[in-house]
Amino acid sequence: MDITQLDPQRQKVAGLSPQAAPTQPTPGEVGYFALTWRRLRRDRAAMFGAALVVLISLAALFAPLLAPHDPTEQFRDGLTPEGQPVPGALWTGNGGRFPLGTDANGRDLLSRIIYGARVSLLVGVLANLLAVTLGTLIGSVAAYFGDPLETLLMRFTDVMMAFPTLLLAMTLVAILKPSMWIIILVIGAVYWTWIARVVYGQVLALRDRDFITATRALGAGRLHILVRHILPQLIPTIIVWGTLGIATNVMLEASLSYLGIGVQPPTPSWGGMIQQGQSFYRSAPWLVLFPGLAIMLTVFAFNLLGDGLRDALDPTQRGRS
Amino acid sequence: MWTYLVRRLFQAIPVLLGISIITFVLIYYLPADPARMYAGPSATVDTVARIRHELGLDQPLWAQYTRYIKRLLQGDLGFSYRKQIAVTDLLLSRIPYTLALTFAGIFVELIIGLPVGIASAVARGQWADRAGMFIALLGVSAPPFWLGLLLLYWFGYVIPLFPLGGTGSVAHLVLPAITAGLGGAAWYARMMRSSALDILSTDYVRTARAKGLIANLVILRHVLPNALNPIITMAGLDIPWFIGGVVLVERVFDWPGVGRLAVEAIETVDVPLILGTVIFTAGMVVLSGILIDVAQGLVDPRIRYSQSK
Amino acid sequence: MNKRALFSLWTTLAVALAACGGATPAAPTQTSGDATTPQKGGALIVAYKDDLATLDPAIGYDWTNWPTIKLVFDGLLDYDTGTTLMPRLAEALPTVNADGTVYTFKLRPGVKFSNGREFTADDVVYTITRVLDPKTGSPGAGFFVGIKGAQALIDGTATAVEGIKALDANTVEFTLDAPDVTFLNKMALNFAFIVPKEEVEKAGENFGHAPVGTGPFVLKEWKSGEFLTFERNPNYFYEGLPYLDKITIQVGVAPDVALLRLEKGEIQMMGDPPPGADWARLTADPAWKDRIEKQPQVNTTYIAINTTMPPFDNVKVRQALNHAIDKQRIVQLLNGRATVANQILPPLMPGYDASYSGYEYNPDQAKALLTEAGFPDGFETSIECIAVDPQPKLCESFQQDLAKIGIKLNIFTLAAPNVIDDAGNGKTPLVWSGGLAWTQDYPDPDDFYSPILGCDSNVAGGWNWARYCNEALHQTSKELLTMTDRAARLEAYKPLFKALMDDAVWVPVINGEYDVAHSEKLHGQPTLIHPEHLFIYETMWMSP
Repeated sequence: MDITQLDPQRQKVAGLSPQAAPTQPTPGEVGYFALTWRRLRRDRAAMFGAALVVLISLAALFAPLLAPHDPTEQFRDGLTPEGQPVPGALWTGNGGRFPLGTDANGRDLLSRIIYGARVSLLVGVLANLLAVTLGTLIGSVAAYFGDPLETLLMRFTDVMMAFPTLLLAMTLVAILKPSMWIIILVIGAVYWTWIARVVYGQVLALRDRDFITATRALGAGRLHILVRHILPQLIPTIIVWGTLGIATNVMLEASLSYLGIGVQPPTPSWGGMIQQGQSFYRSAPWLVLFPGLAIMLTVFAFNLLGDGLRDALDPTQRGRS
Repeated sequence: MWTYLVRRLFQAIPVLLGISIITFVLIYYLPADPARMYAGPSATVDTVARIRHELGLDQPLWAQYTRYIKRLLQGDLGFSYRKQIAVTDLLLSRIPYTLALTFAGIFVELIIGLPVGIASAVARGQWADRAGMFIALLGVSAPPFWLGLLLLYWFGYVIPLFPLGGTGSVAHLVLPAITAGLGGAAWYARMMRSSALDILSTDYVRTARAKGLIANLVILRHVLPNALNPIITMAGLDIPWFIGGVVLVERVFDWPGVGRLAVEAIETVDVPLILGTVIFTAGMVVLSGILIDVAQGLVDPRIRYSQSK
Repeated sequence: MNKRALFSLWTTLAVALAACGGATPAAPTQTSGDATTPQKGGALIVAYKDDLATLDPAIGYDWTNWPTIKLVFDGLLDYDTGTTLMPRLAEALPTVNADGTVYTFKLRPGVKFSNGREFTADDVVYTITRVLDPKTGSPGAGFFVGIKGAQALIDGTATAVEGIKALDANTVEFTLDAPDVTFLNKMALNFAFIVPKEEVEKAGENFGHAPVGTGPFVLKEWKSGEFLTFERNPNYFYEGLPYLDKITIQVGVAPDVALLRLEKGEIQMMGDPPPGADWARLTADPAWKDRIEKQPQVNTTYIAINTTMPPFDNVKVRQALNHAIDKQRIVQLLNGRATVANQILPPLMPGYDASYSGYEYNPDQAKALLTEAGFPDGFETSIECIAVDPQPKLCESFQQDLAKIGIKLNIFTLAAPNVIDDAGNGKTPLVWSGGLAWTQDYPDPDDFYSPILGCDSNVAGGWNWARYCNEALHQTSKELLTMTDRAARLEAYKPLFKALMDDAVWVPVINGEYDVAHSEKLHGQPTLIHPEHLFIYETMWMSP
């Protein structure tokens, strides 16, 4: 047995996991989550992020109360006589019924953005959650448990990554009624492969580290090691993918809706509004700007929260050097 | 290492076979008629039926599949219904453009993403960190077609620095690479920041920084492999991504890549072309996977692709 | 030049003109823009959104291919600047026998393919036989099955078509099974453009990419997915044509970008209409006044109603739909680039009834009809649209219109192949034909009946999306195909189409407009757009 395994200070020097240091409670021990929560509460940025997430969710929930108009109503005066969208009160400075302007059908943009949060939040967050969960599971199990499971799972991941998604979407429309849950499933079922690959690479690097061998030698079971020692190392990766992935999934939802699965018109979704508004980059840039800002804000909120979570879960990562 | 490579290449065969079967089945059960798409609206039902027969689409699934595989093994990927050229020739003509965009795009992603990520980590909590996050958010939220149009408008038309799409010179590659790379840069920036924070927080590094330059280099050698692990994977994954996932960039910049070809094939139900592009993409997924794993093994010698535990 | 010489010059010209048998395209009439005479020379660059499939006239079949195929090939017949047939490779319009079943064409002598060989009657026989041959897989075969012996060739019981005969090197005779007044229109289709046998056999399946024809231009280069270049055919048989030296067709260019290229001056014409998002800006800009050419298309965009699917099997429900749709709103959503349609035929189609007013927009009347039909509280149904902008936006307008009369309309936006399949197999109650709208093959009212509303096309996989078959009307249409008195025949179509509208098989919504944005240096003769060919490249010219 190597002396580095006994000396916590030397462990860090050798690049071993600081979490093997016995001074902090480890996952599974009493007090871990309480300590994490306390640390999170003290992180102002994270709390701001959390508040933002709650706010956006509430806005989505109480959309009928907040939205100035019906998001699906196409107004007579929502279009110029030539059929162009009307700029909003905030854009032109003069008043008007439409604070952020109208879209190509003459519908109020602000109302659509507020209602759009419902679809986009649900799809963006849930599909991403599914993808990250599935991907982390498959990637870490493949890397840690080795062959034959490793080859089986990773080749399966290859097949799923090369899968012709568009073709699948076009075939599914004949069988399924389009709905938000179908699209969450489809996106999650397609997107997990990328995360699986990244996690696989990281766990592969971790599995042969000395501290793992040591813990094994001490009699710990493989599953225990995977959950208690390896998974926490993946938290930073999970956070990055879990937050940035929301934006990707919102856009993915829009492109798949256009093929018939997922939300159909006139249900608003941020990705869909962006897609419809792209041609107006010169004549009505607000059509893409405002939904885009909504997406940015959401990802920003989750990002702050995520960073805070990751700091709180691993106290030595504070990094204030 | 070589046995590993051979083993991986061998494993590629069932993957490609599996993909080809899945794609064939999907096309067969697709609620769309390739013969009607070929014939257009004015063709009578009889003409469509005759065309269907000529294209061999009225045969049972297994018969069509075995015929396809037989030709595939001889190097014949079929004749595109829509483009009326051999699929092999079509793919070969597009691959150089896709490769050029891929490497230029990855270059942009790394050159923006990595420094921004490191700067964010080093200046954690200060304005540089916030700025880095802002750039990342912009990159991720900006829809590529729209971004491309904006770039073309401002830097191709208003200030005519770059050509308005198309191909022909390095200048033609700049805007598409930036558009494609900006989104991806966000991911590299955040992952790099993550990894860099890990490194910076260890006492190890703090001690070494106090000690001076040589120690820093020693640390780098020990610690960088860890940080680069996810970056290498992501760069490898970018290869299949740039083949299928940048269709919108290819559309707005009139870039003749494989991604566009694949989408056009599906939109017109051009069966041989669909199969050709899917198999090509699958091949690149497998190849990039092998590349990633080999690169990881080279960079971090602790990774052992072994045997069962 | 003395008077006598001048006189003989004029007589020679007059004789030559008479021999040509019609107006030569070299005679200038109104031009778009200024009235200067066409100049020879210049290079045109056009940008298209869709890729070009093939230049093989037997196979190429969409709006991108057709005008381009006409660069390289010619047919026996062609149209003048409107919808009147004119001889082209034929010396004159054919002579027809008494009962209308035998057409004899005398061919123009001295026409050469671009490989140098002279064009003969055997080429005509070869071309049409090739279109009918199942191995070619031509989408246009159906147009020529009326020729005697065509079915035998298709069935494989004959190796040649009995009804196509080369009487001598310059004469070709077609015999039909039954009289068909639209036969000459079919001979003017792209499918009948003449191809040389030896080049087709030499190139095999690559003929579409290495075309050889008699046309005004010759293909010089084709970089697949990027561009094609054509150069003037110096031996073209029409004197003085074409004007342009070179044409480059860029493919795969998104219209937003094509517009930028046009504004920058890199191209001289957009092959697709400018995006709706830029329309207001362009039409308001005085600099663009002479740079946008507008032409109504010979098409109708409609909501096809599946007349076999309840509740749409009830004519009152269909009529209610017709009253409920706000067509002006659709025109507004299309930035004014369309006109309201009130009947099945578009205004430019011969046989259009200008006195017919159709169903006016009246939601109250619609509601009343629904109640009469037994649906006082409305019902739920669905419509399929293709996912390409602006179609979903138009379907959303329909949704709002129908909601006003109590019908809950679910919209399914799908990829085009899915919509075509569902509509062709009667799987959806309503289909919006936007993006898939029926445009004429040739200027004859039958083209708007038989393929899309006749009993023969009411089969699975057909384009009769209304799944409509009225035996009485079908019989009438067959008789009308044999009438030789053109004026009487066109009049006789009016009650036929009125009956269709009374039965409310469709909701005709708009007739489309084709808009072409171009450089101020580009001119047509008289226009860039042609009602039959879309673009007529051979008479385009550039001012310096």
